Amino acid sequence: MKRILTLLFVVAALPLMAQRKATIEGVPDIPFTTVPNFLKLPPGEHLGESVAVATNSKGHIFVYHRSANTRLFEFDQTGKFVREIGKDYIGFEFAHSVRVDKDDNIWTVDEGTNMITKFSPEGRILIVMGRRPPAVAGMLPAPPGPNKPAEKYVFCRPTDIGWDAQGNIFISDGYCNNRVVKYDKDGRFLAQAGSEKAGNALGQFNLPHSLQVDGQGNVWVADRSNFRYQVLDNNLKPIREITNLGVGWTVCISAGPHQYAFLSNSNPNGNTPGSWDITGEIYKAELDGTVLGRFGKPGKLAPNFQVVHMMDCRDPNGVITGEIESWRVQKFLLQPVKAGSTK
Amino acid sequence: MAGGAAMAQAQEIGFQSVPNALQLPADLYLGEVGGVATNSKGDIFVYASSGHPSITIGTARPFAHGGARLYQFDKNGKFVEEVMKNTYGFMVPAKVRVDAADNVWVVDEFTNMVIKIDTKGDLAMLLGRKAESENVPAREPRGDGAGAQSDLFNQPQDVAWDAQGNIFVADGAGNARIAKFDKDGKFVKSWGKRGSAPGEFANVLSIAVDAQGNVYAGDGGNKRIQVFDNNGMFKTAYSNVGNAQAICITKGANPVMYVSNSNASNDIDTGGEIYRMRLDGTIVGKFGRAGKRLGEFGTVNEIDCRSENTLYVGEVGNLRVQKIVLRQ
Repeated sequence: MKRILTLLFVVAALPLMAQRKATIEGVPDIPFTTVPNFLKLPPGEHLGESVAVATNSKGHIFVYHRSANTRLFEFDQTGKFVREIGKDYIGFEFAHSVRVDKDDNIWTVDEGTNMITKFSPEGRILIVMGRRPPAVAGMLPAPPGPNKPAEKYVFCRPTDIGWDAQGNIFISDGYCNNRVVKYDKDGRFLAQAGSEKAGNALGQFNLPHSLQVDGQGNVWVADRSNFRYQVLDNNLKPIREITNLGVGWTVCISAGPHQYAFLSNSNPNGNTPGSWDITGEIYKAELDGTVLGRFGKPGKLAPNFQVVHMMDCRDPNGVITGEIESWRVQKFLLQPVKAGSTK
Repeated sequence: MAGGAAMAQAQEIGFQSVPNALQLPADLYLGEVGGVATNSKGDIFVYASSGHPSITIGTARPFAHGGARLYQFDKNGKFVEEVMKNTYGFMVPAKVRVDAADNVWVVDEFTNMVIKIDTKGDLAMLLGRKAESENVPAREPRGDGAGAQSDLFNQPQDVAWDAQGNIFVADGAGNARIAKFDKDGKFVKSWGKRGSAPGEFANVLSIAVDAQGNVYAGDGGNKRIQVFDNNGMFKTAYSNVGNAQAICITKGANPVMYVSNSNASNDIDTGGEIYRMRLDGTIVGKFGRAGKRLGEFGTVNEIDCRSENTLYVGEVGNLRVQKIVLRQ
């Protein structure tokens, strides 16, 4: 095995803690309650940074979290712990996303190993994409300078994954590439939008942080450091952008024939002064961009948020949130909102 | 070039990949498979990465630990046990091979060790030594690849034996040489350095020895197999089978050699096929291509060919072992 550069120093360059107040006005609050004591962990087990949460068709909940080691937990629909998947798996080092496809396969996106893994519903590995940087050369500092050219099959701190009805795979990649990549269901490269370079034109990205595919096969991307969402068609041509909902941290598209988008203007890590006053809310919208309502606000204590990193919205009236700084997963029962109540 | 033409013309061999060839316990996940090898009973040994190779902080010097494990399965693919758990020398898998007496040999390219394990699962002999501690940041590799006149390895890749039990180590990623030891582990000689002339290597990723004691070395970066006599005299080279990342020679009166032109780990659209050839370099056929599906290959690093038409193939890219049955 030819070995190249390897274990990089984790340079203490924190991501830019940007924040932006949403410019949209007059959005009604969606009344909600939360499920108390939602996830029930076995004695002695705790969640770490709960950056990723997803449900399968049975309502089982998967939490991919940054514990002492990054771990993937499965809970049943009542929140009871079922099992751990991927114990000591080489592809787990620093969780970023977990999503469940239409066949209930579980996909993890790990920004520490640059690996994306498809687990069967039973928890066995089916497909691996990307490769953990080889360790054999020891610890080498990350080379200075611009990002290396993006390669078809190499990720650079990838962030999220989605699929269209044909099973094509869409990946947002990531913190050190700035692109969205499309693969066929067997993991063969088809197309990409963006590149290793950040940009702010349509079809370019600056930290594509979250991704979902809607029922028409359009690709929704939270383009975080550009403070917007972009919607791309199935061939990754840009259709439009959404610029009035704040930072553009994470996106979720609900299941069913009438889909909704949930879009989070998450409060920034570090709770910078004044940030709680202007960020932290989640928007519910029609797929045409019409915003229907909003809920949630920042705060250390439930049911408030400490940096919502990911949402599950299989049920648009039962949104599950995973938060970074509170190490917490919450379930919000939202009062249904009808279109036309606001614009 | 003639080699390319031969590769393109090689006849396709029909084959199938046996689903669920290895049945892993629920809590066991193979990482990158450096090596797979069978013993005379058909037991299957897999040397794979696992978990987190780590370098400690808060110590007098930075120390490296963990990251690889050796697993044993029975001939039906049922998990038997983890062999030599928590071994000091297991960090980054290169290969595992089984010798004529069913000893299991592990080659680790981080700890620079070749570890012989007897049939009881106990340590039998060691070549090389793990560095006491790590340089942080690591030093860039230096030198011409000729290595030391000893068992001081630099990212060794493979091991093989002749009929007398002499040991040949492909010290082939950090160095670019082959080191020969007698059966008791005493250094005999070493040949090769980095280069492209006959007897030089870009790297040595795989090695095999035939019944006559000739040494076949996969010189991946130069896309050739070099053939040497038992004392390291260059005899010939085959440049028709790609990077030869994995080589296996069958036993018996009419041996064949399987050679993998493994795809690079960052590209599943090029290469990945495995050749079947005679020891004189004539290609008999080929099968497979790079990819992620069952029956496709992701950077094959080792082939076991104890049975001529039932192969075990270990993949770096797909984190798995496939059992390949060739149509005869």
